Amino acid sequence: MEHLFFFYFALVIAASSVLVVALRNPIYSALSLLIMFFHVAGLYVTLHAEFLAAVQVIVYAGAILVLYLFVVMLLNLKQDERYHRQWPVAAGIGSVLVLEALVLTVLKGRSPSTTPAVPETSAVGLGNTEALGDVLYSTYLFPFEVASLILLVAMIGAIILAKRDLGGESIQ
Amino acid sequence: MIPLTYYVTLSAIVFFTGLVGVLIRRNIIIILLSVELMLNATNINFVAFSQSFHNIAGQVFVFFALTVAAAEVAVGLAIIIALHRAKNTINVDEFQLLKW
Repeated sequence: MEHLFFFYFALVIAASSVLVVALRNPIYSALSLLIMFFHVAGLYVTLHAEFLAAVQVIVYAGAILVLYLFVVMLLNLKQDERYHRQWPVAAGIGSVLVLEALVLTVLKGRSPSTTPAVPETSAVGLGNTEALGDVLYSTYLFPFEVASLILLVAMIGAIILAKRDLGGESIQ
Repeated sequence: MIPLTYYVTLSAIVFFTGLVGVLIRRNIIIILLSVELMLNATNINFVAFSQSFHNIAGQVFVFFALTVAAAEVAVGLAIIIALHRAKNTINVDEFQLLKW
């Protein structure tokens, strides 16, 4: 049963991520990315990361992808030529790298598992959300604050970049 | 229990799909979408290892990756809009201002 779920999610994730790259129309690409995000969220649920699954749907599918669709529709694109001239080279290098990664993972997977019995850092008996918050607000408090700074900088940067003119003088 | 290898393989497939997308597409929006694919592949890895090692810190790092992805999308799309305003195209072959 577990394997069935995993293979369903993995198949849809792989197929829709290939579609993101292969489809000609940017809107279709964004929509197949949406399908991929939902299935990644499902994969998180099977991995007992329920809070991250919810965040994945809310932030990625709800905020980031809507932003993409807004921009795609705002720009009113013509159909461009799809690929670079050097796409055979890129595809060749990419497939070689995929092959190498697959071989490495399979070989490593064969070797006997050396997974040490890592003690649980999170308190047992808490739910996923409580355990995550417990670690996030104690051990990772400083990175959490830095993340808020990153978001602030991104917000200001986006406003300044997308503004038509800055205090009377043109950007261009 | 699904072996960790399966998750790593899935994540590698998605990551390299995104990498090839960045390399071969000319539409700058698709390039940003491919970057999102790569970030999601790393997130799958983080969560799978977090589950495998019973250490919740991996899920915290997915949080930070999510923050960076959100910031990247906001700034990237603003840059795309500015470029489209200046050049009236979003084909990356047309952007050669820094080329000597």
